[in-house]
Amino acid sequence: MQTKDINEQIKWAQINKDVLRSMENPRMAYWVAVGTCLAMLMCAVVAEIYQYQVGMGPANLNWPQMWGLYIATFIFWIGMSHSGTLLSAILHIVHADWRKPIYRFAEAMTTFSLMTAGLFPMIHLGRLWNMYWVLPYVSDRGIWPNFRSPLVWDAFAIFTYLTSSAMFLFIGMIPDLAICRDNAKGWRKKLYTALSLGWSGTDRQWRHFRKTYLLMACFLIPLAVSVHSIVSSDFAMSIMPGWHVTSFPPYFVAGALYSGCAAIITLFILLRYFFRFEEYMTIPILEKTCKLTFVIAMAWSYLNLIEFAATWYGHDTAAKEVLWDKFTGPYSPYFWAMLFFGSVLPFTLAFEKLRRHLPTMFVVSLLLNVGMWLERWMIVSPTLSLSYHPIAWNVLWPSMVQWAIVFGSFGWFGLLFLVFVKVFPSVSMYEVKEMVYHRRRAHVEDQAKYFHRRLSDRQPATDTPSP
Amino acid sequence: MSLKNILENWSNYRRDREAGGHHEYEHMWGMAIDLNKCIGCNACAVACYAENNLAIVGKEKMTKKQGMHWMRIERYWGEPDLDKLSQSSSQYQEHGANFLPMMCQQCNAATCEPVCPVAATFHTPDGLNAQVYNRCIGSRYCSNNCPYRLRYFNFYSYYESSWPAPLHLQLNPDLSVRDKGVMEKCTFCIQRIRVAKDKARMEDRVEKEAAVIKVGDSTFRAAAGRGKLEDMEFQTACQQTCPTGAIVFGDMLNPESQVRKLWDGHQVSLGKTKQTKQNPEKRGYRVFEALNTDPCVMYMERVREV
Repeated sequence: MQTKDINEQIKWAQINKDVLRSMENPRMAYWVAVGTCLAMLMCAVVAEIYQYQVGMGPANLNWPQMWGLYIATFIFWIGMSHSGTLLSAILHIVHADWRKPIYRFAEAMTTFSLMTAGLFPMIHLGRLWNMYWVLPYVSDRGIWPNFRSPLVWDAFAIFTYLTSSAMFLFIGMIPDLAICRDNAKGWRKKLYTALSLGWSGTDRQWRHFRKTYLLMACFLIPLAVSVHSIVSSDFAMSIMPGWHVTSFPPYFVAGALYSGCAAIITLFILLRYFFRFEEYMTIPILEKTCKLTFVIAMAWSYLNLIEFAATWYGHDTAAKEVLWDKFTGPYSPYFWAMLFFGSVLPFTLAFEKLRRHLPTMFVVSLLLNVGMWLERWMIVSPTLSLSYHPIAWNVLWPSMVQWAIVFGSFGWFGLLFLVFVKVFPSVSMYEVKEMVYHRRRAHVEDQAKYFHRRLSDRQPATDTPSP
Repeated sequence: MSLKNILENWSNYRRDREAGGHHEYEHMWGMAIDLNKCIGCNACAVACYAENNLAIVGKEKMTKKQGMHWMRIERYWGEPDLDKLSQSSSQYQEHGANFLPMMCQQCNAATCEPVCPVAATFHTPDGLNAQVYNRCIGSRYCSNNCPYRLRYFNFYSYYESSWPAPLHLQLNPDLSVRDKGVMEKCTFCIQRIRVAKDKARMEDRVEKEAAVIKVGDSTFRAAAGRGKLEDMEFQTACQQTCPTGAIVFGDMLNPESQVRKLWDGHQVSLGKTKQTKQNPEKRGYRVFEALNTDPCVMYMERVREV
């Protein structure tokens, strides 16, 4: 059984070769995936053009229920973006070096899911063409956005998080882009030459690079936490029963990390399988990610219970009714599904046998994300269907237009990700080398049981091979 | 666009915000609706359609709750008499409906106002909750945060379907026809208010002095130079049309106005989350005032013979 995070014997040239190989010669399956994603995206484009021409009516919204899947899916995508930062920044600061082979694609996922999430607040606007009014641009008429509105905070938060996480992704990639530059020809050579910013790997460059990277990591952590707290204030700042919940910010952050970690497991397994990254995306690393997901799942379940208990023992009758309606009303199948996928299913992550079985983990991670998507929908819709005024009580199911746009958003995300893995290295070469180097140095007898669980593993060579 | 201009705009904006919106009021429009008098005839709703260019969306969209009825007559039944219901084929009881005419409550602490990202809805010096159609981008947050659900969204472009020629000639020229993607709601017939205020100014009927006026628990600073309007100088469309005179509209800052007298008579006051009445027989109440929205519409409960 494989117990080591990474094989210390792996040659550095081999790392370069493996990663660079993953970026060239797309196979048939890749083009099929691109085609599928494009087709999905086209569904959304057609639906959006129709909605743009006709108005918000075909989306099946009405005056009691003004928001639907758009806002739910918006929160879902924002949430997904959080684990990239968790892996690359938080785990970087706590020196958890097992993150090194997998943080790059997680960070790319962060950027791309933010690019997907950012589309939804625009799509859901009645007058999409005026969306820039939310930004505080200088106007001679002295008209500013309403700084008290959580939607304006959203715009700032998303914009800041998107630019920062894209910067972080790019900065972390510079040494790898230099490796690509040295091995590329044609348009790739030009691209990587420009992007690697003249990286030559001198001591001075490394020193500055480390500092910048650490600084960005420190900047990004509070930012990530604040972004989803701000998104939660879209609901927590309102007066509606079931939305006006004090525990929403931590609840949203926990849910965000949860769905993001589940997505990392999905993409981990896909990349490992299709790019044959078995040497880097190893089972022990998957196990660690699974354990992390399990902990976050339990935190999320706990915060869920807090919300239920606070509502149940509170004096807000309307909120209590909404909660009861979630358990028993028309949305109850989805609510129970959310509880099952979100709180019961993660217990599969607690078993080593299941954690190490890739097909199981693939299905589980997808279902966890289904649960997290349902969670967001169950935040938005039941409250709107059962607000304060009895005349406005009604249940409205989303139309095909909404479903098509939600469906297409997955295509858009997939497309961005597919382009990324073929243009940029999806495994961080220089950090894997670092990891291998440190593991090699650290593998002394009395520390072995700390790093690896089984002493019977083959001992690594003591001499350092030249890079 | 000069830098000075921009900085001035910004400091004006800051000053308004820090002062907490309008501190100087010109009027405080309010309403009192006697449910004893309401017979549920819907004439007010029809009048509102005619006055305010409300789109007629058709039966299908109406049942889907996409209608645009700024004034709606809500029907509530008491506990249904199941024996009688089972004998008749009707889904509803024949008798015993309670009617509640609901229009925007023009809250003084409106929940819709702080959430609008572009400040398309704000408080005017008239105490009204204004909606600027041109500024609205249709995020619909205001409606989601309105506990009364009294905001209506243009889900479609209704101009051609709602007023086919020659019906477009009967549109009220005093206000715009809203296009798709814009939120709208009752304005207390702001176009009529506007005309009356302009007329008062032209006739030089203005209050020269600023004043501090106490209405119930709230104190309002009334601006100097505000129009001096007679009570009932103009009426809202619903009030004008109500055959039983159930709706009374007027200026709460005018101690002689009928609406103010009704509020005082029923011991209902602004600025409270719970009314403290000396006489529990008084019928006045405000809808959802416990949510601290401070609505400007008072209802007088219906009394039934048992």
